Amino acid sequence: MTSLAFSSLTVSYGDSVAVDSFSDVVRPGEWLCLIGPNGAGKSSLLRSVAGLVKYQGQITVDGASLDLRSTRRRAELIAHVPQSPVLPDDMTAFEYVLLGRNPYVSYFGSETKHDRELVRQILERLDVSEFAQRRLGTLSGGERQRIVIARALAQEAPILLLDEPTSALDIGHQQQALELVDRLRREHGFTVLSAMHDLTLAGLYSDRLVLLHHGYCVSSGPADEVLRAETLSEFYGVSVTVHRDPDGTVVVVPRRSTPLA
Amino acid sequence: MIESTRRSWWLPGAGLLLAVAFLFGAMIGPAGPDWWRVPLELLDRLPFVSIDSGVSPLESSVLWEIRMPRVVLAALVGSMLSLAGASYQGVFRNPLVDPYLLGVAAGAGLGATLVIVVNRTATESWPIDPLPLAAFIGGLLAVLLTYLVGAAFGAARVSATLVLAGVAVTSLATAIQTFILQRNSEVVRQVYSWILGRLSTATWSDVRLVLPYVIVSSGVLLAHRRLLDVMRIGDDEAQSLGARVDRIRLTVVVAATLGTSAVVSVSGLIGFVGIMVPHLVRFLAGASYRRLLPLTVMVGATFLIVADVPGRILSDPAETPIGVVTAFLGAPFFIIVLRSRQGALR
Repeated sequence: MTSLAFSSLTVSYGDSVAVDSFSDVVRPGEWLCLIGPNGAGKSSLLRSVAGLVKYQGQITVDGASLDLRSTRRRAELIAHVPQSPVLPDDMTAFEYVLLGRNPYVSYFGSETKHDRELVRQILERLDVSEFAQRRLGTLSGGERQRIVIARALAQEAPILLLDEPTSALDIGHQQQALELVDRLRREHGFTVLSAMHDLTLAGLYSDRLVLLHHGYCVSSGPADEVLRAETLSEFYGVSVTVHRDPDGTVVVVPRRSTPLA
Repeated sequence: MIESTRRSWWLPGAGLLLAVAFLFGAMIGPAGPDWWRVPLELLDRLPFVSIDSGVSPLESSVLWEIRMPRVVLAALVGSMLSLAGASYQGVFRNPLVDPYLLGVAAGAGLGATLVIVVNRTATESWPIDPLPLAAFIGGLLAVLLTYLVGAAFGAARVSATLVLAGVAVTSLATAIQTFILQRNSEVVRQVYSWILGRLSTATWSDVRLVLPYVIVSSGVLLAHRRLLDVMRIGDDEAQSLGARVDRIRLTVVVAATLGTSAVVSVSGLIGFVGIMVPHLVRFLAGASYRRLLPLTVMVGATFLIVADVPGRILSDPAETPIGVVTAFLGAPFFIIVLRSRQGALR
């Protein structure tokens, strides 16, 4: 199990600052979920961990700075599931998941029998073996999402970054995808850092929430501390009712300005 | 499983087709031995095989000194242009680019023109012929310029921007070339014959000139076939999978440009091969670069040997340049690709 720590992380694009001096420690095996309005800096934070944007400050994995790692070594530690992944229509699901083995294949080398066997096992575990040879263009949204997660698993990285993993899915497939991530992290001890828009689901599946606003961390803690009607109204500018179920589930419900008849 | 067995037949199949085209190319021609004696003569040249092919010494030299270099050169040029085309399409993630549309050929032409203008007779005897090198530098500068201009206006992966930038760079290089030629009219003939190419008068020394470049370039490109598959999911995701995207792109572009410039310096301008062959192979065998690149080499070689045949038969009153044949086939093909890939232009 692996920890992920940030110390005064700042990401800026030209003059605009997307993430401002963010410091936090994601404990080994913890699922931390970033929430916040559009443009709050959630994706930028994830992209900085994935090595896709330049940043100031420090990101450390088990105490060792990420800067010192090559692109390839970083990919052995961190798997990134982007918000809208590029899925070439005519690539088969198996070929796509096999790309996840890239960090372990030498520059001019090719995948070994072990790599292929591992991919086969992952597809089996995610219950998607039956469409291993199907083209990505023929898969449904839910099937695609599972294939993308399978690619991340093929990286065998202890840290999983999920950027809006459920935004393109219906409610059934949202639950299916999050259940899958939850099960996998319990089985493998993954440390998960995700960004999500659905506050109820974010609170339901993660251990801890971080609310970002204009790049600042404005609130951090378990769901019932962060998801308060007044906090959400201040930073999202919304009017919501927050229910607390007896089992501890926090449910965020939007309210209409004109009352229901 | 059935599918993967079927796929494993593509490469031997393409190899067989190439062998047939090669034989066909060697058997056809105005002068020379009877067509059916050619296979016997070829077998006779194999080690430990001795067959009386009944080919006279004169006919034998027509076969070995005129036909064979031409067929071999056509195969080298065809495979190189196709492989380079497929590789450019891979690193630019753009189905519409080929060595010509990116401005490589025009840049190479400009580089070669400069060498010819400065003093061709003196440089010809240099230990390393500077003509392909100058063509390479010209071609490389052109493709880099195209990429920078294309990238400057929005994302370089937008197909239309890159193709339009290529058109602009091609026009610029051609304009400079025309300007230089106007000032040095005594070399116009020499430059013009270089542009048209000399596939029709190919000799073994032409083959020897391009072979090292083709081997190095093809070797590097084929070695990148797995990484080109990784690049298909976009720069960011490829990078997050540990691929150093910029380095891969630069290496592939340099290798493809080196090969293209070298073959252009003997074959002249042959358009559309680099776009036609890869698309044909994609259509038949799928878009994975692991299959695509080796198949492209085979099919490209086959294609150009066959496309060279009309030029050799229809030699009355003058031989049809091979560039005319490929353009005749390629222009309609390009329009079909555009039609089926309309989405890619947006």
